[in-house]
Amino acid sequence: MNDMVATADERADKLQGMGCSRKRVEDVRFTQGRGNYVDDMKLPGMLYGDFVRSSYAHARIGKIDASKAQAIPGVLAVLTAADLAPLKLHWMPTLAGDVQMVLADGKVLFQNQEIAFVVAESREAAADAAELVEVEYEELEPLVDPFKAMDANAPVLREDLEGKETGAHGPRKHANHIFEWAVGDREATDLAFRNAEVSIKELISYQRVHPSPLETCQCVASFDKVRGELTLWGTFQAPHVVRTVAAILSGIPEHRIHVIAPDIGGGFGNKVGVYPGYVCSVVASIVTGRPVKWVEDRIENLSATSFARDYHMTTEIAATKSGKVTGLRVHVLADHGAFDACADPSKWPAGFFNIVTGSYDFPTASCAVDGVYTNKAPGGVAYRCSFRVTEAAYCIERGMDILADRLGMDPAELRLKNFIRREQFPYQSALGWEYDSGDYATALRQAMEKTDYAGLRAEQKARQEAFRRGETRELMGIGVAFFTEIVGAGPSKNCDILGIAMFDSCEIRIHPTGAAIARMGTKSQGQGHETTYAQIIATEIGIPADDIMVEEGNTDTAPYGLGTYGSRSTPVAGAAIATAARKIKAKAQMIAAWLMEVHHDDVEFDIDRFRVKGLPERFKTMKEIAWAAYNAVPPGLEPGLEAVSYYDPPNMTYPFGAYICVMDIDADTGVAKVRRFYALDDCGTRINPLIIEGQVHGGLTEAFGIAMGQEIAYDEIGNVKGASFMDYFLPTAVETPHWETDFTVTPSPHHPIGAKGVGESPNVGGVPAFSNAVNDAFAFLGNTHIQMPHDAWRVWRAAQRLGA
Amino acid sequence: MAKTHVTMTINGKPMEGLVEPRTLLVHFIRDIAGLTGTHIGCETSHCGACTVDLNGQSVKSCTMFAVQAEGAELLTIEGIANSDGTLHALQQGFREMHGLQCGFCTPGMIVRAYRLLQENPNPTEAEIRMGISGNLCRCTGYQNIVSSIQHAAASTNGGAMREAAE
Repeated sequence: MNDMVATADERADKLQGMGCSRKRVEDVRFTQGRGNYVDDMKLPGMLYGDFVRSSYAHARIGKIDASKAQAIPGVLAVLTAADLAPLKLHWMPTLAGDVQMVLADGKVLFQNQEIAFVVAESREAAADAAELVEVEYEELEPLVDPFKAMDANAPVLREDLEGKETGAHGPRKHANHIFEWAVGDREATDLAFRNAEVSIKELISYQRVHPSPLETCQCVASFDKVRGELTLWGTFQAPHVVRTVAAILSGIPEHRIHVIAPDIGGGFGNKVGVYPGYVCSVVASIVTGRPVKWVEDRIENLSATSFARDYHMTTEIAATKSGKVTGLRVHVLADHGAFDACADPSKWPAGFFNIVTGSYDFPTASCAVDGVYTNKAPGGVAYRCSFRVTEAAYCIERGMDILADRLGMDPAELRLKNFIRREQFPYQSALGWEYDSGDYATALRQAMEKTDYAGLRAEQKARQEAFRRGETRELMGIGVAFFTEIVGAGPSKNCDILGIAMFDSCEIRIHPTGAAIARMGTKSQGQGHETTYAQIIATEIGIPADDIMVEEGNTDTAPYGLGTYGSRSTPVAGAAIATAARKIKAKAQMIAAWLMEVHHDDVEFDIDRFRVKGLPERFKTMKEIAWAAYNAVPPGLEPGLEAVSYYDPPNMTYPFGAYICVMDIDADTGVAKVRRFYALDDCGTRINPLIIEGQVHGGLTEAFGIAMGQEIAYDEIGNVKGASFMDYFLPTAVETPHWETDFTVTPSPHHPIGAKGVGESPNVGGVPAFSNAVNDAFAFLGNTHIQMPHDAWRVWRAAQRLGA
Repeated sequence: MAKTHVTMTINGKPMEGLVEPRTLLVHFIRDIAGLTGTHIGCETSHCGACTVDLNGQSVKSCTMFAVQAEGAELLTIEGIANSDGTLHALQQGFREMHGLQCGFCTPGMIVRAYRLLQENPNPTEAEIRMGISGNLCRCTGYQNIVSSIQHAAASTNGGAMREAAE
């Protein structure tokens, strides 16, 4: 038998387990056009929904006349808030404890807000009819600038909240105020600033952007009146949560709701929430008795479903003259748009923004966030980051550069001086987190060495001198960023969504032939779960990854889980997979011992088998054990070989990384060219290096887009200015730099396999690296801070302002 | 609205249907021909997810009417595999070099790369990047897509990958 003679390495290689660059199993269907995305679905009798949307940012709605629309052949219904009101579905709860209009109820609060839902036999008829719905508007004064939201004379946006002095997260200070969230020791921090030898203060804004996955949000709702069952296919990053929300909203019992997320064309946080399109499609299917498809177009996606960021962070750092940080004080003005539809765990209205102390040993810190309403689209999603973590990383990483400049210190040197040291882990941060593990100095030193950081600084100095002498018009910027993420939400003690603890789950069934199916509560949107999850099981149980089918997204078959976002799949579901696998392994051990007629303590696991201790030639392979599980189990043991695990993580995980960006900037055009980008990531145990590298490339490219050009901007009356790919910057292959990746490995001590998650790190660390490079290029001309996005126009203006 | 009869060849097979004059080619391909591998990402011809090959040219099928394709020869992702059923070098290259993640841009990207390699069998990195600049990808950061196309070119030419021009 081959197994008898195969070496241990050969047997391990055959499994394609953790640590190998296994080729993705998903690619086989995707490269042949055989993916199964929501819009590919076609059901008999299917109808199409389309929205009538608001032309104005703030207006009272009078009469809605749908008579011309209803005269279009093929139009079945035009739903308005009045139609949804008897079902109490004209408003819906948000994940952030607020409520949101499904269809405009009396007034509209942002441009392109949903007013009516047209249902027709074809998408063309629906679109034609939507054009013909006549809406009477009475324009109201729009509120666009968040800094004016709490002015005494500011227009009141949310009349439904009139008289409510307390919101979901405590007292409200103004009719347009949502919450104030404060953490840290304000008194001690103020004292640190009073005693500071040096301090800096800067308003650092992180502009409103949008995740913009290539596939927009979409669904098909099908209500079966006879069976009383609803099936909802959709682009859902968290299908189980959608099912629970659907049950609560519709009154249909949860077991009669089947939520299915098929292949998803990218999510990046855009597909976590529940949108009016889903609610209207369900209602339309109930009303018509036919399946209803809703597919938003790109303009709708960019202007109505989920923005990200829009954080305005007044950042202060206190330090000694020698560059030791002594305090951090941050105030954030958070623009949440018309409804607070942030996708954060319930108790965290500003997400995990209190990771803002970053990678540094701040003895004290305080932070407060004020959320306000404006006449803009709702959202505040975690766009390829854990909740508000990229805002925090940008804040502290820009702040450290500004401090370095003030001190006349090199930014890398300042970071090395203030890092949390390896021996301080687990580390209690001043703002309340327990960092699990890290070795920051090693990572940054490795990055500096690989990029010849000292050489780059020397080159920059020479370039600056040449610039001053008028010999060149090209500036050189070096961006250093060192980020610490907080991912893997999260422990039930502090993380829930709508009261459901943020555990995740896995069920594994080993079939008699030794092949297996495994299902999880998460949902891949391109992360390659079908590939990597099987690798974890392969290593844990000893059956080849190719023999394991991974299935997600069907709430009827998958165990309950909170979904995929915030880099939580590997930290939470990955742990559930390992623990479920270990339950199976424990039973397999009993069976193996029984088969070999020895005590179970006398057998040990060996890659793909259990062997008798000290007698390696006596073994039973997992394949043999699987077969025996269905016909020869020890007395007292149930037949079968399967397990389910719900994993409640004891702590978050804290991936980190060191990024260095080298940029050349033309002072006369503002065009910035990335010459080099080096990214070192430490995500703990590495499951599939190929996929990790791909995740890093993708996250860096999104960070590049954000830092160098993305903005969902509004004009002074609330018209959204950048809601198509004509205006909203998505990098093409031409602008996108070449990425250099590297790594260190510092496993998480509390995670069953030591993995920390990686998908979002490059976005979190990338944005400050690019921005620091742009700012660094102008520092020698007296620049302190240039706001993002750093498109050529804005960079050129900064160059003009600084006399470059 | 009055309907027009259109006939075209898609992946070597004749296809016909009745369409409104305003029916987009991509809707004809997806809804009437039932070939859903061609995707819609923006409807403004920016993203390239709907890229197909029409009479030997890459076109964005969301910005053409079905009636404009009367009599045309089309190639979509479903027709890219070799005639013996094995995967095309590009399909293999994309898997080999991790040139895709969510898979949504992939059909358009592969169909575009197919035409690029027809026109330039041995492109440099810069030529590839320019050649796929009409196709957006939100997941991969393009680097592995470039490698995938280089991999396909090398395996087709039986030679090594060409060094990057930069």
